[in-house]
Amino acid sequence: MRAWRYLLLFAAMIALHQDVWFWSDGRLVLGVLPIGLAYHVGYTILAAVVLGLLVRHDWPRDLEDA
Amino acid sequence: MIPALVVFVYLAVVLYVGIFAFRRGASSGEDYFLAGRSLGPFVFLFSLFGTNMTAFAILGSSGLAYQRGIGVYGLLASSSAFVIPFTLFLIGTRLWAHGKRFGHMTQVQFFRDRWECSGVGTVLFVLTALMLVPYIVIGVMGGGATLAALTAGFVPYEVGGGIVALVVMSYVFFGGMRGTAWVNTLQTILFLTFGTVAFVLIGRALGGYGAVLERLGAEPATAPLLTRARVPPREFLSYFLIPLSSIMFPHISIFCLTAKRAEHFKKTIVLYPLCILAIWLPAVYLGVVAAAEFPGLRPGASDDVLLRLLTAHADILVSGILGAAIMACVMASDSQILALSTMFTEDLFEHYGGRRRFGGAVEVWTGRAFVVGVTIAAWLVAVELKDRVGIFDLAVRFAFSGYAALAPLMLAALFWRRSTKWGALAATLWVAATVLGTWWLHAASAAIAPAPGQAPVPIFPALGGLLLRTPAQVTVFGFLPVVPMVFGSALLVWVVSLLTRPPSAATIERYFPAPGP
Repeated sequence: MRAWRYLLLFAAMIALHQDVWFWSDGRLVLGVLPIGLAYHVGYTILAAVVLGLLVRHDWPRDLEDA
Repeated sequence: MIPALVVFVYLAVVLYVGIFAFRRGASSGEDYFLAGRSLGPFVFLFSLFGTNMTAFAILGSSGLAYQRGIGVYGLLASSSAFVIPFTLFLIGTRLWAHGKRFGHMTQVQFFRDRWECSGVGTVLFVLTALMLVPYIVIGVMGGGATLAALTAGFVPYEVGGGIVALVVMSYVFFGGMRGTAWVNTLQTILFLTFGTVAFVLIGRALGGYGAVLERLGAEPATAPLLTRARVPPREFLSYFLIPLSSIMFPHISIFCLTAKRAEHFKKTIVLYPLCILAIWLPAVYLGVVAAAEFPGLRPGASDDVLLRLLTAHADILVSGILGAAIMACVMASDSQILALSTMFTEDLFEHYGGRRRFGGAVEVWTGRAFVVGVTIAAWLVAVELKDRVGIFDLAVRFAFSGYAALAPLMLAALFWRRSTKWGALAATLWVAATVLGTWWLHAASAAIAPAPGQAPVPIFPALGGLLLRTPAQVTVFGFLPVVPMVFGSALLVWVVSLLTRPPSAATIERYFPAPGP
């Protein structure tokens, strides 16, 4: 992946992190999880998925040549 | 007394692990400082995670959630869940490859070689080492305070700090990186397992978390804790850059060199966010829950809400085991002590011909002597400045911004052929100046700091909203100082590099070889 794509990915993850729409929303999801916290739990899982895709499809091939 | 006994058993186990690791031998610097670059994927993941999971992070996040609500998870955890493994993917893997190829054992060795300059490495050594020192001191202070709390004052702060320092010193001294890695792995597993058990037990004792949260939501004073109302948006945005510090901490970048194979990074990168979720979600959640259980605690006093909940609601044995796990987090200074010793030995002793003159065995013993010296010095400072923990707390916070602002330097070294030693030096001096400047502004504006809940105050009214003082921070246009620090560092390394002569073609060819046919 080219450098600008990494920058774009970083910027996209920053944007998704700023969930302004739930900023002052105190509703509970499933009766125990504030919705803002539930969103960031989802964000954390999304981070794992995105990183998994990077590792799978964009792993630097020359590392093991060291 | 049972929790205290469990903690002492834990300390004995930790010592055993260190001695066991020592038995596997540490005849060379590479074996002692980097575990012979031989750590497998399991130890690599859990130890790396454990190294980042400090008391500052765990207890601090619960205490902060108690004051500011669920937004703390976004501030400290979900941002780290992406940024830390992303930097491991981009930077950690490349550092590992260069380290293996060229024999580097520290960041400074890499920078010196990459930019063909001893001086820039020395300046970076001084800056990164100085920013690491408060972390080590605060670890000993935390150890003393936690042991005193867990034994209800039976073990005084000074003795507790001494015991923790002695245990850490012993397993780092004997076990080196291998011992430290295994202790960190043990710590992470302990915390994950008993943290989950304690979370369930506390929930049961409270009659379910739902009821507690309903109660918090119904009270106007505590309802904002279920939202991000107490976290200003610009501060929230700024925090996204803080985890860039992780890969620049000497102990983390050195740890990246310990993996046996590059493949071992893969599991760590993917599972790291899930480990963050497993540890930080309960820590933040319990911090908010504690606001219903123990209302009215001031900032600072709320840092022990996790211990209070445990003592009040968990089974005494579980409470003791989790207390031991908390002790383990407090003892995270092991990695920093070892990193400082590695830096001293490699960046000074070895760089100035020590290994050539005295041999590899003396190199290892120099590192060990440094471990003893640093630990004793940290304990003495912790005892002498017992009541001034706030200074070190603050220094650690500034250090996070400082290390984060060094990340553009690392990116330039790894990915930009045209980057130069002068660009690196300019960025390093910028980071040093801004860390000191932020500290000065913080101290100078202490008298006008608003009370919690009040609006920020301009530090220099003539500059309008440029520099504001909040209850706990200095901000720049409402952003934390880390934002201008990171962008200033990136700009300087870019502009100054373009204005100065690049490294030789031979060096560029070594680090950026042409792709094969």
